[in-house]
Amino acid sequence: MQPVQPLQSVTSAHTDRSLQLTLFIVSLVTASVLGLIVLFIFRETLPALSGPGMLRFVTDESWHPLENQFGMLPMLWGTLASTALAIFLATPLGIGAALFCRYFAPRPIVRPFRALITLLAGISSVVFGFWGLTVLVPLIARFEPPGASLLAASLILTIMILPTVALMSEAAINSVPESYSGGAAALGLSKGATIRQVILPAAKSGIFAAVILATARALGETMAVLMVSGNVVQTPGSLFDPIRTLTANIALEMAYATQFHRSTLFVSGLVLTFVIAALAIAAHRVEHRAGSHHAA
Amino acid sequence: MVIQNLRLPFLDSCVALLAACAVLLSAPDASAQEKQDKKLTITGASTAAPLVAEIAKRFESANPGVRVDVQTGGSSRGVNDARSGVSDIGMVSRALSKEEKDLKSFLIANDGMSVILHKTNPVQALTREQVIDIYTGKISNWKEVGGKDQKITVVNKAEGRSTLELFLAFFKLNNRDIKAQVVVGDNQQGVKTVAGNPGAIGYVSIGTAEFEVENGQPLKLLPLGGIAATTANVRNGSFPLARPINIVTKNEPLGLVKKFVDFAQSTAVTDLVKEQYFVPPAR
Amino acid sequence: MQPDSSVSCAPGLMAAPSVAGSTLLTAQVHAKLSERLFVAAVWLAAALVAASFLWIVADIAFHGFAKLSWSFLTEAPRSSGRKGGISTILVSTLLILAVTVAVAVPLGVGVAVWLSEFSRRSSRTARVINIALDVLAGIPSIVFGLFGNAFFCVFLGLGFSIVSGGLTLACMALPILIRATESGLSAVPHDWRQGAAALGLSKAAALWHVLLPAAAPAITAGLLLGIGRAVAETAALVFTSGYVDRMPESLMDSGRSLAVHIYDLSMNVSGGDQAAYASALVLIGLLIVINAVAIQLSNRFMKSRIQPA
Repeated sequence: MQPVQPLQSVTSAHTDRSLQLTLFIVSLVTASVLGLIVLFIFRETLPALSGPGMLRFVTDESWHPLENQFGMLPMLWGTLASTALAIFLATPLGIGAALFCRYFAPRPIVRPFRALITLLAGISSVVFGFWGLTVLVPLIARFEPPGASLLAASLILTIMILPTVALMSEAAINSVPESYSGGAAALGLSKGATIRQVILPAAKSGIFAAVILATARALGETMAVLMVSGNVVQTPGSLFDPIRTLTANIALEMAYATQFHRSTLFVSGLVLTFVIAALAIAAHRVEHRAGSHHAA
Repeated sequence: MVIQNLRLPFLDSCVALLAACAVLLSAPDASAQEKQDKKLTITGASTAAPLVAEIAKRFESANPGVRVDVQTGGSSRGVNDARSGVSDIGMVSRALSKEEKDLKSFLIANDGMSVILHKTNPVQALTREQVIDIYTGKISNWKEVGGKDQKITVVNKAEGRSTLELFLAFFKLNNRDIKAQVVVGDNQQGVKTVAGNPGAIGYVSIGTAEFEVENGQPLKLLPLGGIAATTANVRNGSFPLARPINIVTKNEPLGLVKKFVDFAQSTAVTDLVKEQYFVPPAR
Repeated sequence: MQPDSSVSCAPGLMAAPSVAGSTLLTAQVHAKLSERLFVAAVWLAAALVAASFLWIVADIAFHGFAKLSWSFLTEAPRSSGRKGGISTILVSTLLILAVTVAVAVPLGVGVAVWLSEFSRRSSRTARVINIALDVLAGIPSIVFGLFGNAFFCVFLGLGFSIVSGGLTLACMALPILIRATESGLSAVPHDWRQGAAALGLSKAAALWHVLLPAAAPAITAGLLLGIGRAVAETAALVFTSGYVDRMPESLMDSGRSLAVHIYDLSMNVSGGDQAAYASALVLIGLLIVINAVAIQLSNRFMKSRIQPA
């Protein structure tokens, strides 16, 4: 790296310590927002969780809150299925788009292409839902009614999480030192081989983080899924079955729910949070291991 | 899982820190009381919100200096907020239930509900029994009721929506027995779902359905018990499936609240009610 | 895709002089083939991404373009948004965004710097915060909305206001921003830090003059993702910044954001579709502008600090 501009040499350790303290407080405040949100959810779920029979969420056969049926499992399966499928589709596409941007795109295309992906990230989920409802769902319905289905939800989710995977993967790929690819080239490796054998392994943890973030986003997405998934509470048996996700359930019923019903909706929010927490912890385990391996 | 990882002192300090921020930020507003007489907050049903927001705008321009904030969130929120005093007025897109009779309700519009099909569907009418059989899954193909050989897509409303309750009550159905293929939330989602699926059957607000048909959406309104689904028939009371759009208050309205309630019920807003495809109540 | 199996796929190789030469050649052909396949796959992925984007935008543009005009941008909505424009909604949206950025950037960058420069990666607090961030990123936005309503609107007494909405969105944008900044910082080679230290720079100065500028593109990318998510957000804002479509007079006023407006137009207002499409177009245009400005700023920040090589 080239030398840095001449700087005022503020070397006092005092600055550093106060900076560290400030940053620590900032981190603490931010972390406490999570603490507060979790506390908030817990407080709201209390009526449902303290009442008799928490098992009802698992054992009741379906979700009919007005008739005291609170089975959540079908919606959990719906949520997981749509997210899994979306990740399955978006991961190769997103990494492909990132590689394209970095290594293959003709120069004049690079910036427009990246701008396009960033824009995709910013299109309102309502707009995706709107498009899905008026274009995608009727299209699927022509082959296999009702159209509003697991497939529609997964496709919309794929498009929605693509930018996250693509942009974060690109950042991870860009962070691989130039010397790596230079070395590979010196060894006579082709571009494709360099990417597969050197770049992608080196960027692995960054890409992994991107996928985790995308998974979290897919699990948490609400409005777009609500508009295209059909919202029938059932365990999906095929791609063309309508499903209801936990988030869509919250959005559909929260405004109308009272007391116990409202509380159960927060339970579904909590379930989702737990799924994501489990995912995050698992990811950190993997990353942690990879990190310590790297250091060794 | 996270919770186990968070050591308690850590959480405690976080909460304490935020509480401190809260105290600092929430310094009492001296002019709050003054504002109270000039400001109304209205919350509730998303169906009613566009209409009430327009009424509020006209009310504001007729009463300079007054501000009326309209927030959506659903009928039950309208009831809760009005009861707890969070809002001055609640919006409820159905008749009040027995447990809600402590509130005062004021009719501002009526809304009919019609069963709708895709325009290309040759079926012209369905009997009450046929509708029930379709919604309970006993009939699953249009040819069983004289239509094409085509799978029926049953479009139902989500639990808690007042239109669902109205529909269930009218057809004496139990929501658990309904075998729906698509469940929708807001009215327009129902309209778009049926318009995009030639085999679909759904139920939506008559006023909006009429408007959508006029504007070329491929929909068809079915008569109910031989009575055509038109806003005219809702107005004269002959159409059997209808609901009131109410605004509610906790106590007998006074002052500015009373002024607004009277305004919303007056003929000064009849054109707004029609503009939102509702039926103005008989004055 | 075993090398020997591909011999049969490449009959031209049979002419190779020796067995050893043939396997070498086969390996080369195989490598060339898989290289081609790989390149094709990358192009296909890029084409699919571009195509789906263009399909959606074309659909929106096709339906909304007729409605779009200067007056659409400068007039207040009338008749629930069917007529008139979106001026008040644009102003509210921009104000909400301003609050979000003003809160999220210092907090987000601060946390990321602390995590990557001041805490040991393995320390318990850092790990808890890291996990917390991932969880935060995945909480359904509607739950954020309900939390924002309970905490900012009611508990802190901010009411339905642009501030409440902006703070709630800041909570949502933070995880992405922190994650991106962190990865940007960790990508800065270690020699730079040592170089800065060798030059006698304090950690603060090294951060401001070396590390943050180097991480600027990553921060910008994260910020844009965060802003994108925030601008697109509907569920969280209905409960916090609210539904009022009047011109906001202060940050304490309730203001309807573009996404909420689009949702209302398409789901609650019959005859609102065209205005919904036009608003969606405006939202996309707004993002183009924000992107351009952000990338410009980050480039300038990067250049102002580091001498080009």
